[in-house]
Amino acid sequence: MSQDKLSALVAGSPYLKFLGLELTAVEGGVLATLPFSPHLVGNVQLPALHGGVLAAFMEATAKAGLLALADVNTPPVASNVTIDYLRSGRPVLTYARARLVKVGRRVSNVHVEAWQEDVTRPVAALRGHFLMG
Amino acid sequence: MTGSDAALAAAFGMATTVPQAAALGFEPGTIADGKAMMSLPWRADLVEDDSSQALASGIITTMLDHCGGMAVTAVKVGQFHPATLDLRIDFLRPAAARAAVTVQVHCYRVAGPIAYVRGEAWDLDPADPIATVQGAFVHNGVPA
Repeated sequence: MSQDKLSALVAGSPYLKFLGLELTAVEGGVLATLPFSPHLVGNVQLPALHGGVLAAFMEATAKAGLLALADVNTPPVASNVTIDYLRSGRPVLTYARARLVKVGRRVSNVHVEAWQEDVTRPVAALRGHFLMG
Repeated sequence: MTGSDAALAAAFGMATTVPQAAALGFEPGTIADGKAMMSLPWRADLVEDDSSQALASGIITTMLDHCGGMAVTAVKVGQFHPATLDLRIDFLRPAAARAAVTVQVHCYRVAGPIAYVRGEAWDLDPADPIATVQGAFVHNGVPA
């Protein structure tokens, strides 16, 4: 059931397909993965993923986390997000997990961390409020 | 704050030479006095979902981040592009269906290694924004 909702979220979103992210239902929530692709680069000198790409990836992870675990059928809408950039996103596979801090009837609070090879060394984090559909 | 010709050229270049910017099709606008402007024409493959036909919120975030980097570059040009430290974005309303989005970000203060920005995104009317941003960047530039 959760995997169906997650697959529908990506299938119905041209932008998420443009990013190329994948959403997998796992125990306790969602694992989001973003395979590296050259069009996601924001700095060719390092090289590094674009900060906006990491932000969009984590925003989608938060929405997917709410969709999978909360009793909603339409994707939540981002009301505000705060993003901390902790390390440069290298040109490799990136992961993200969402933690639903508070699920409300109208507004939910979600924290997301994104990492690459080492889950203890996050590359970016997002805190956001989402309007429930 | 005003930028040198080299800083302004570097800021303009960022809108088109960065792979993600080129993939999205950013179009640089006016860059002056620490303020950078940039637009993105509407595109069907960049919408949030097929029913709304509005450019995705993740696109708005990417534009505000990128334009913030351009504004910082316009006042401080260094060997490397400025790195985003943090962003706070309020999504005030969705973009209109099939509408282009324009962003303007102002680098209003540089203190030590940190450059501070704020800005907004709109679709049809600058006085009716769809999102606002407040953020900080780390730069390694010299005064432009």
